[in-house]
Amino acid sequence: MSQALDEIKIGGLGASRKRVEDNRFTRGKGNYTDDITLPGMLHMEILRSPLAHARIVSIDTSKAWDIPGVHLVLTGEMMATRNLAWMPTLSYDTQAVLATDKVRFQGQEVACVIADDPYIAKDACEAIDVEYEQLPVIVNPIQAVADGAPLIRDDKENQQDNVIYDWEVGDAAGTDRAFAQADVISKLHLHYPRSHPSPIECCGSIADFNRATSKLTVYMTTQAPHIIRAAVALVAELPEHMIRIISPDIGGGFGNKVPVYPGYVMSILASILLERPVKWIEDKTGNLISTGFARDVYLDGEMALRQDGKILAVRMHTDADHGAFFADAQPSKFKIGLMHSAFAAYDIPVAHLSARGTYTNKAPGGVAYRCSFRVTEAMFFQERMVQAAADDLGMDQAEFRRMNFVRDDQFPHRTPFGFLTDSGQYGKCLDVGLKAIGYEDFRRQQKESRARGRLLGLGISTMTEPLGAGNSREYDILGIKMFDSAELKIHMTGKAIVRTGARGQGQGHETTWAQIVAHELGIPADDIVVEEGDTDTAPFGMGTYASRSTPVAGAAIAMVSRKIRAKARKLAAHLLEASEEDIEWELGRFYIRSAPDRGVTIQECAMAAYSNMPDGMEPGLENTAYYDPPNLTWPFAVYIVTVEVDPETGVWDVLNMVAVDDCGVRINPMIVEGQIMGGLTEAYAMANMQFITFDAEGNCVGSNYMD
Amino acid sequence: MTIVYEDHDDEAATDVPVRRIKFSINGKKMVAEVEPRLLLAHLIRRGLGLTGTHMGCDTTNCGACTVLVDGRAVKSCTMLAVQADGHEISTVEGLATASELHPLQEGFKEEHGLQCGFCTPGMMMAAKALLEENPDPTEEDVRWALSGNLCRCTGYQNIVKSVLWAAEKLRS
Repeated sequence: MSQALDEIKIGGLGASRKRVEDNRFTRGKGNYTDDITLPGMLHMEILRSPLAHARIVSIDTSKAWDIPGVHLVLTGEMMATRNLAWMPTLSYDTQAVLATDKVRFQGQEVACVIADDPYIAKDACEAIDVEYEQLPVIVNPIQAVADGAPLIRDDKENQQDNVIYDWEVGDAAGTDRAFAQADVISKLHLHYPRSHPSPIECCGSIADFNRATSKLTVYMTTQAPHIIRAAVALVAELPEHMIRIISPDIGGGFGNKVPVYPGYVMSILASILLERPVKWIEDKTGNLISTGFARDVYLDGEMALRQDGKILAVRMHTDADHGAFFADAQPSKFKIGLMHSAFAAYDIPVAHLSARGTYTNKAPGGVAYRCSFRVTEAMFFQERMVQAAADDLGMDQAEFRRMNFVRDDQFPHRTPFGFLTDSGQYGKCLDVGLKAIGYEDFRRQQKESRARGRLLGLGISTMTEPLGAGNSREYDILGIKMFDSAELKIHMTGKAIVRTGARGQGQGHETTWAQIVAHELGIPADDIVVEEGDTDTAPFGMGTYASRSTPVAGAAIAMVSRKIRAKARKLAAHLLEASEEDIEWELGRFYIRSAPDRGVTIQECAMAAYSNMPDGMEPGLENTAYYDPPNLTWPFAVYIVTVEVDPETGVWDVLNMVAVDDCGVRINPMIVEGQIMGGLTEAYAMANMQFITFDAEGNCVGSNYMD
Repeated sequence: MTIVYEDHDDEAATDVPVRRIKFSINGKKMVAEVEPRLLLAHLIRRGLGLTGTHMGCDTTNCGACTVLVDGRAVKSCTMLAVQADGHEISTVEGLATASELHPLQEGFKEEHGLQCGFCTPGMMMAAKALLEENPDPTEEDVRWALSGNLCRCTGYQNIVKSVLWAAEKLRS
């Protein structure tokens, strides 16, 4: 009779385990960057440009230096003498740390002050006189490519215009031929406006350079501490083993805390110069106007259609507004973020996509806000084109989708823009959603209501998400391959610590990672502590963004657990005085196949690893695994929403919402549902115009939560 | 709070005016000498080292810094420390006892009312003010009471459930 443990009881896969991190967060005992105080710590504030495009005539910092309590005032000129006025971005571009020649967006960093107290530092920033000479401003891609447009990046050699990239994928000639044979051509021009991930916690850092040990420790709000360590080693030319990046609790990220920001670099330089810890905590306006925004992409989409509803071809052109510096993360080999993850769920015979990115006088970014490599934009464009095509044909939108979906028997499937998908049941997913929302009934109700002047509407969105980057053959950031890692140490009493190269920002890694170990080893989740974010202790990994932590770091946890189990099996054989081949595993326990009552628990094996190992066996029960996935995973979903629109005011209200997600095995259903609810609210927010807008002079008119 | 400056020249250091205030924090009586412009949130975080009160926006929008002043929910980034003179302040650190969580804290854990945790202390303090005034709130009451608190992770549904969970527990 099996003596296997009850997986749900020990907090394994599928358990809606209550979150471990909540114990400290609900007590106000989290440890966010701004909560950390180091002895002798100074405070940094940044002076930002009030103008979007202007030449810097002069900067007078003398009055700032005169304020008691001011230790250092940095300008671009001073950074330049140390070769730190510019830094590389995650996309092979450069970005000004402090402006030297001119400012290129409103909110750009112009100077910074380090003082005893943040109030003093702010006073000193206000005492800095900067004289500007205004230049013509560009606020969208159309202006950026217009004849005679002012050159924004005149700092770059060989940069003749404002175009960052002009890239294409697909079969242009084949697409042209298919369009020539179309019965109907559906066209759509769209703008997905600029928005901001806007975590409640702004960005910040505490740099602590210790001259005595030559070690630089930086506490900072980063989703990818190891990448930062590599960047600091390369930019600041410090030896990598003397750099320790600690990403403490993060108050939300959503993609905003992936890029490297000038404030981090300035705090590091200031700490090296002053040999004291320097803290920089951004304010909300600074966060909204200068850090990684999202979206701001224009689409020209066309679909070639046969009268019966079959899609013959798709043509897309996108113009992305990346701001003054190209600073989002983009794999160099396979440019996954340039919208060509679109139409993976649809059987499109031929397609062509051209994507152009431009510089404008707006903040840098284009980060993937709550998604993997800007798939949100790609899916938005895809689904709006599908909707428009169904309307143009006068077809039911659900039927139109079903007719054009990749069928269940067509996998593996090469998408029109070159990705390989391995599985999907798009039709079934749609049917489940339609049934749950009561599609036919709602259509009837809608007709009747409209006759009475009540406006009801129904929206459908289908999506496939390319997540879980790598594989490392195709995906990298700055040449660093996209894999991830886990380290697992089982202590002698059977308790354990697991560390990964990921860094959660509210996803509940401390809870779910332990559940994966519990599933693999039968050690109760409550006996496992999870640690992330410290580059001196965590194994090398690419961090948490692009929906990659569970499929990659989570998989690494399963892999390392299996390595541990393989060693534990040898220990079990030794303890049971049996041959390893005769040992069987059930959750939490090894036993002899022919005598199932004779067994040892995983905890007994752990004790033996430190106290009673067989001759010749290396002591201990610890290991590390690096997981390089074979491909992206391609989860899919159908979301259906019904709304009522007030005919007088246009205000709309959600009546019902159905989300059908294929997310694979649910490690913690409670957390999965929490993530879906959170994402949905952001979707509603975008639909309710949660945008960051600019006027013609490049003034950001959404620079705080009130606007 | 004492600030020691480097002596850059021979002039006398500029006098920073300070005011002495008396207040209580989580039931404990305190005295502080503060600059008149010091925000209450900064007194709590830096002066008292109670970092559970978070600052998200500095502009009275996000509510992460919500504390109770004489039992009323106040965004502490929008009140000067000197205005706390003679008043009772409660922060998230005062919710639990050494051995027991407050029902609001339990509720947020039970109903998955938090993800990154940054807005949570402010949410709980705003909810505490509500429940003290109205022990049996409707969902609508809870939404209204928390309308000054922003969360970017959870989508609010579970936050509302958490507060209703706590209300029920407090009543029983």
